[in-house]
Amino acid sequence: MAQKKPINYKAQKKRNRAIVYTILTIMAIVWLFPIVWIVLNSFRAEGGAFVPYIIPKHFTINNYIKLLTDSSGNYPFVRWFVNTLIVSVCTCVLSTFITISMSYALSRLRFKMRRPFLKVALVLNMFPAFMSMIAIYYILKALDLAGSLLALILVYSAGAALTFYVAKGFFDTIPMALDESAMIDGANKWQIFTKITLPLSKPIIVYTALTAFMGPWMDFIFAKIIMGDDVKNYTVAIGLYSMMTKTTANSLFMTFTAGCVLIAIPITLLFMYMQKYYVEGVTSGAVK
Amino acid sequence: MFKKHSTEQHITFRELFMKGGLPEKLSFIIMGFSNFANKQILKGLIFLVAEVGFIFWLIRNGIHALAMLQTLGTKKQGLVYDPKLGMDVLQKGDNSMLLLLFGIAAILICVVLVVLYIVNLKSARHIFELKAANKKIPSTKDDLKSLLNERFHQTLMTIPLLGVLFFTILPLLYMIAIAFTNYDHNNLPPKNLFTWVGFHNFSNVITGDIASTFFPVLGWTLIWAVVATVSCFLLGVVLALLINTKGIKFKKVWRTIFILTMAVPQFISLLIMRNLLNDAGPINALLKNIGWISKSIPFLTDPTMAKITIIVVNLWIGIPATMLITTGIIQNLDQEQIEAAIMDGANKFQIFKSITFPQILFVMMPSLIQQLIGNINNFNVIYLLTGGGPTNSNYYGAGSTDLLVTWLYNLTVNTMDYNLASVIGILIFILSAVFSLWAYTHTNSYKEG
Repeated sequence: MAQKKPINYKAQKKRNRAIVYTILTIMAIVWLFPIVWIVLNSFRAEGGAFVPYIIPKHFTINNYIKLLTDSSGNYPFVRWFVNTLIVSVCTCVLSTFITISMSYALSRLRFKMRRPFLKVALVLNMFPAFMSMIAIYYILKALDLAGSLLALILVYSAGAALTFYVAKGFFDTIPMALDESAMIDGANKWQIFTKITLPLSKPIIVYTALTAFMGPWMDFIFAKIIMGDDVKNYTVAIGLYSMMTKTTANSLFMTFTAGCVLIAIPITLLFMYMQKYYVEGVTSGAVK
Repeated sequence: MFKKHSTEQHITFRELFMKGGLPEKLSFIIMGFSNFANKQILKGLIFLVAEVGFIFWLIRNGIHALAMLQTLGTKKQGLVYDPKLGMDVLQKGDNSMLLLLFGIAAILICVVLVVLYIVNLKSARHIFELKAANKKIPSTKDDLKSLLNERFHQTLMTIPLLGVLFFTILPLLYMIAIAFTNYDHNNLPPKNLFTWVGFHNFSNVITGDIASTFFPVLGWTLIWAVVATVSCFLLGVVLALLINTKGIKFKKVWRTIFILTMAVPQFISLLIMRNLLNDAGPINALLKNIGWISKSIPFLTDPTMAKITIIVVNLWIGIPATMLITTGIIQNLDQEQIEAAIMDGANKFQIFKSITFPQILFVMMPSLIQQLIGNINNFNVIYLLTGGGPTNSNYYGAGSTDLLVTWLYNLTVNTMDYNLASVIGILIFILSAVFSLWAYTHTNSYKEG
């Protein structure tokens, strides 16, 4: 940049800023368009899945009413919602308990099998989850649980034992000196865990609980395999997905988008709340 | 504080048997006997119940389950001539799948008992050594107390590990075993039996009939994983830099707009994308109305176009995530270094190339490797967007945009070739493991991290 004349910095800066604003605006439009489109569609009164325009001609809330009252009886959205809520609350409690105890033990306690176990967990995590999907279904069937909500809770919570990396990364950052001084004061490990570490770990507990809570709202493949055709035990995700099969995709499209909006709102709020933990999790927990 | 106890010298179990008294000797046959003899009633009871329960189970089901593992069943379901009745009767037949599942579960139970047996011997040895040194033998109360202190990890980890054993390890072993059988659409239990075939499935996938599907799908999986990871990363960094440009107002609002899209569950946003991009969908309709195109663009129905669409749509999903993470890194960059560079006459691009980008890359490397592996296994984007389609008649059970994982899914759910699916699962595992190992040994962030 060897110009001879002194450059008009202000003008150049202004131009640069204008370019950046333009790019950001265009990108923002591209990113928000699908979301706005879902919301618009959920209020659309006319047509089927495909209409050759973006803004509906007539607005209505009938799609929401249709979704919540379920006149046909094949798509009991309210029931799905309650199912998902039950599953996610139970999973949330169990998974948080499991993940926190696993990660605490692997981070703060020293025992013979610790390193080998960390390696085994790494290997187990590398198998694609879908591979064992079918086998899990048959195990649940052998236990006479397939198709029940309890099965979903069990599967989601059992998976929590191997997702300890983020929480472990967090526990690793708490200074060991705290534990040591408590030990000198005569505390045993249980007391150190409950009275010292846990109160310090509120953020990671919140993060773990929220991730576990959100899981059942988004997973549809495992749930679909376990639930099969048992429509009344569906969770919201499989329920909504089942509305988009070939035969019903056109007639139920607006109802589907109404369901999407209803689900997306709470999930989005939760996500906004925990995004800062998300960043910490990805950048710190990943390395160790 | 954390002394390693494993360095302590113990006598061998052989010596324990020779030197030990009657309780120690009996502990080799009756688990927990030594504990009973030394008033550790609860511990002894646990060992004893485990042993009695195991023997009872072994006689009732265990031996049968283990024996059937050899053949995976011999009786086929169907009509069999019964000489007594002089007519054909329906025979129930063996269910190879259940036999295999129970067989593997039986092996796991045996392993658990062997572990318990060794723990029992160790416990007996421990008591023996304490006695020899004239030390107090811990009572049941002391044992329970130690579960909250020295052995606190056992308290914390037992329940989670049981979950892992039954819902991760058992299914995995089962599916790995399936890879060595002929459990495909021709041999579906309970109607038919399947049996062991050794490495036949592997050779079938790598050199046999399935190779003409496997290698193209593998190639597309690798291209997809690399392109998706790199493109999301680079453009995400650019977006983060744009938002963090000096003088840009409402930084938080811009960021929130993009983060908003991350929060929408993928099955919703992807299904909506599929609709938007449909041949008769709004985007095509809009372009036609403007008059830019006369025929619909086959976003998802042309093999090449579909691949490009998938990668572009994935940008929509991936860029905000990278943006969110890199923003934090950019804000923590050493400003003095950048100012010094400006003083020395470096332009913006040079600063980005030599200072900003390498630092971002350094912090992001581990998560990039994870993303790469995540993308190899990226089920949602493909399944929800194209469902693997458009169909490809040259492939077996896969469409043009299928990744190995979605193909695996198709093989289990649609064509019911469980053996092939398992082989592919194992190959995906090898692929991920190789990438991770390579990353683990070759990148700086791992070495210093």
